[in-house]
Amino acid sequence: MSRTFLGLPRRLSRPDDGAPPAGADGSSEQPFGPVPHPQAPLRWGDAFPVAAHRTLQDAQLRRNLGHATQVIRAKRAAVVDEVPDWEALRDAGSALKERVMAELPELLQRLEENVTARGGVVHWARDAAEANRIVTEIARAKGADEVVKVKSMATQEIGLNEHLAAEGIAAIETDLAELIVQLADDMPSHILVPAIHRNRTEIRDIFLARMGDAPPDLSDVPRELAMAARAHLRRKFLSAKVAVSGANFGVASTGTLAVVESEGNGRMCLTLPETLVTVMGIEKLVPDFEDLEVFMQLLPRSSTGERMNPYTSLWTGVTPGDGPSEFHLVLLDNGRTDVLADEVGRAALHCIRCSACLNVCPVYERVGGHAYGSVYPGPIGAILTPQLTASTGGVSGHGDVNAALPYASTLCGACYEVCPVKIDIPSILVDLRAREVDADRSRNGVDPWAAAMKAASWVMSDGGRFGLAGRAATLAHGLGGRDGVISVAPPPASAWTRTRDLPAPPSQTFRQWWAKEHETPRTPEEER
Amino acid sequence: MTDARTEVLSRVGAALGRPGSGTTPAGKVGAAPRDVVVPRGYRAAGEHVAGSPEVLEQLVDRLVDYKAHVQQVAEADLPATVARLVRGLSAGRAVVVAPHGIDPGWLAGLGDEVAVREDSPASPLPATELDAVDAVLTAARVACSETGTIVLDGQPDQGRRAISLVPDVHVCVVRTAQVVQTVPEAVRLLGAHPERPLTWISGPSATSDIELDRVEGVHGPRTLHVLLVG
Amino acid sequence: MRIALAATCIADTMFPGAPRATVRLLERLGHEVVFPRAQACCGQMHVNTGYFDEAVPVVRNHVETFAPVADGEWDAVVIPSGSCTGSVRHQQAMVCRRAGLDELAATAEAVAAKTYELSELLVDVLGVTDVGAWFPHRVTYHPTCHSLRMLHVGDRPLRLLRAVEDIDLVELPAAESCCGFGGTFALKNADTSAAMLADKTAHVRATGAAVVTAGDMSCLMHIGGGLSRQRAGVGTLHLAEILASTRAEPTALPPARRAATEVAR
Ligand code: SF4
Repeated sequence: MSRTFLGLPRRLSRPDDGAPPAGADGSSEQPFGPVPHPQAPLRWGDAFPVAAHRTLQDAQLRRNLGHATQVIRAKRAAVVDEVPDWEALRDAGSALKERVMAELPELLQRLEENVTARGGVVHWARDAAEANRIVTEIARAKGADEVVKVKSMATQEIGLNEHLAAEGIAAIETDLAELIVQLADDMPSHILVPAIHRNRTEIRDIFLARMGDAPPDLSDVPRELAMAARAHLRRKFLSAKVAVSGANFGVASTGTLAVVESEGNGRMCLTLPETLVTVMGIEKLVPDFEDLEVFMQLLPRSSTGERMNPYTSLWTGVTPGDGPSEFHLVLLDNGRTDVLADEVGRAALHCIRCSACLNVCPVYERVGGHAYGSVYPGPIGAILTPQLTASTGGVSGHGDVNAALPYASTLCGACYEVCPVKIDIPSILVDLRAREVDADRSRNGVDPWAAAMKAASWVMSDGGRFGLAGRAATLAHGLGGRDGVISVAPPPASAWTRTRDLPAPPSQTFRQWWAKEHETPRTPEEER
Repeated sequence: MTDARTEVLSRVGAALGRPGSGTTPAGKVGAAPRDVVVPRGYRAAGEHVAGSPEVLEQLVDRLVDYKAHVQQVAEADLPATVARLVRGLSAGRAVVVAPHGIDPGWLAGLGDEVAVREDSPASPLPATELDAVDAVLTAARVACSETGTIVLDGQPDQGRRAISLVPDVHVCVVRTAQVVQTVPEAVRLLGAHPERPLTWISGPSATSDIELDRVEGVHGPRTLHVLLVG
Repeated sequence: MRIALAATCIADTMFPGAPRATVRLLERLGHEVVFPRAQACCGQMHVNTGYFDEAVPVVRNHVETFAPVADGEWDAVVIPSGSCTGSVRHQQAMVCRRAGLDELAATAEAVAAKTYELSELLVDVLGVTDVGAWFPHRVTYHPTCHSLRMLHVGDRPLRLLRAVEDIDLVELPAAESCCGFGGTFALKNADTSAAMLADKTAHVRATGAAVVTAGDMSCLMHIGGGLSRQRAGVGTLHLAEILASTRAEPTALPPARRAATEVAR
């Protein structure tokens, strides 16, 4: 696969910014760089072990991620530690989300009623295609060939930008990190800081190559880069007719929606254009306005490690004379009801997308977001992606690449410890593994893992059998040679011995020692 | 074919194991969830009363941490302070926008060097004109000291959301009695009018998108002055 | 106290030094140790890999073997492993319930309530931090993930180590980050596992310790396997093996492979 400059893929579908497309000189035959633009934003590329093998080779990526995750972990820890009632807030947040799921039909209808009563229009979308169609029709009706966008995971998930581009409408990402990713025709690698895999020098180079109006003497100082983005987008904000956003929260009892952000690009999009379209997953509800007092404490400290994010906008339908005169809310299913149907896995829908679990994950830190092959990477991605795609493979689909995701974890528990809504990610991972195993039971053919687990179950469920097996293993004591170490082994143990030695079994098991030291000699009958 | 609304709602019902709901797209019917009681063991209020010296000190500390400029001003000195902040913003005659319901006394010190543009829902300034003014002056609804947050709720002394967004300098007057300690205190106060468009502001705009390094000042006002009065 | 030992399957067959040291230590402290021979494994490997059905007989064997603790025949069950203790506390009952075995699940919970990881048993149940140990070597401690985040043993192991006479206990940088073992993760995602291990071993080596210790033999097998391959000259010992060490009966430094040149010198 040939790579273009910086490993950037050739431009596909970006708004016109006056820059020549990379690879326009014909030097790049391959339209895609290291990150192919997916047809399906929830399932792209190779299975996790293969993709991770590739991303692990990228030393620059490892350095960028290592630095960024360390910074954010320290910030988060500091601002969480100063909250005396943090655990009580987590308990409340977790229970509130559980309540939302339990009462979802009623809460959705209440939200709809309230938004409608305040002059908004509510749309329902069964899947990505339907949501994309709705947004496109609204933009068309307004005669817009350009929409400004606030960073939103829901619209990433449905591939809205690509869909709009195909319909001749340019979607302009206005969040700085999203802009970087969009300019590079890259894929996001983090749910909060999608360009976390890029460092300042790479970002400078991307701006110079792709932004069109970037100052030619642009340096790689973050402040200068941010100012270049400010200048680049200001004109778009002031002239845009239609904006598209996601939502962090939707308050059922009032119809109020919330967008939590930092840069002010969100406020620009939510305030200046005449028409606002918000795409929101059906799980994003909170029951009452007062419940925001819980989540507005949990979210900022968990995500950016700030006591509060710079800007939060809350709006309820249309306010005459202030902000958009037309408001559309698109309520999105797209696999969420499949997740909800799982008694254990449904907790994945409690996620408030803070990204704390990504930032502390030792696996994510090494492999980066792209290895997960989904717009939802990291621990939450490993439990959410395979469930969201359940009806098209996922946990129930043998051989589906997403089926490898629940295994992309050591179950170290760091994610659960930081999750502001206490999603027990390790337990859900294990549960998803079990569902995968159970789905495979009905299939023909011999799975070496399954056969080994069955055999091990027989041995390990009886002290006598286990004792015999241990005694048999001691016979291999000699394999270790002089220093008692096995350095080369046949598959599957070779996966271990490629980088690690294995100790040879001891000459005496513990229970053999115990029998000798602590037990009176037994009659042969007792000695089973 | 059923409409999307009916279908999504029936899928949700199926996922929750409600009778007569069919199945989810993957053909599943879920188990009914247990009833949930939400534990509210967190602090509903802080230990300090609104406007107390402790609360004010904390608010200042947080705002400074965000790189906002804060000063405590006596009521009588407010017009002069506003004038001093705004006057130097332009080489020529500085232009400041103010919402129609603002206390006219706050503008009394501006004199001829500063032009005041009034904005109201009835006669809103276009965004391009807001882009050309030097500063905006508003009041606030409530402030929260623990998080360094100021909330605007669009009332006549605070104006349309656009006016506190597009200009590059925001001068915000907060009365000390409006400063509460905790987020729950602020939210419950705002809950009296949840339908109002709310903007929570915690310092000037910022980004951490480049190597998670915080840079203050992106699309929203790059400078935030908070004047604590009372 | 009468304390039943669950040796763990991996230590029983591969690392008998850890349970042996547990026995020595507890006996030295004046307690009676019992080893119920019917025991084999807690079932964690099967559960974590998703083989819940296969886990059921394994869990049943563990629960039935240790059920007498619930009736007061023993005062406690000790496991020299954070992750196996975690499995007993957080997984066994769940697996039983999923299989419709509610009665077994209830017994599992009763057994779990009296089951302790070694440092918990010492500090919380027996009320000791100074166990009278002597270990005159430089040691660094890796807090394994399950001890840390599933059991929340906190600084109990460190308090026990600090009280060891003549020990040179040095802090492990980035101690709380996972070593990359994760059971079958080490095989299914060998590359990622190796990348995590490389960082862990680099941190261990930076301490200059002769021994890295932990409360879990499985993680130590992983870390030790990496150190051995690198010929780092750092050995592994279970926490129990250090706590069992005395002047009269010192625990020897574990064999640690060194680079050939170093050996030659
Ligand atoms: S799963 Fe929890 S920690 Fe991870 S992004 Fe969601 S809310 Fe945050």
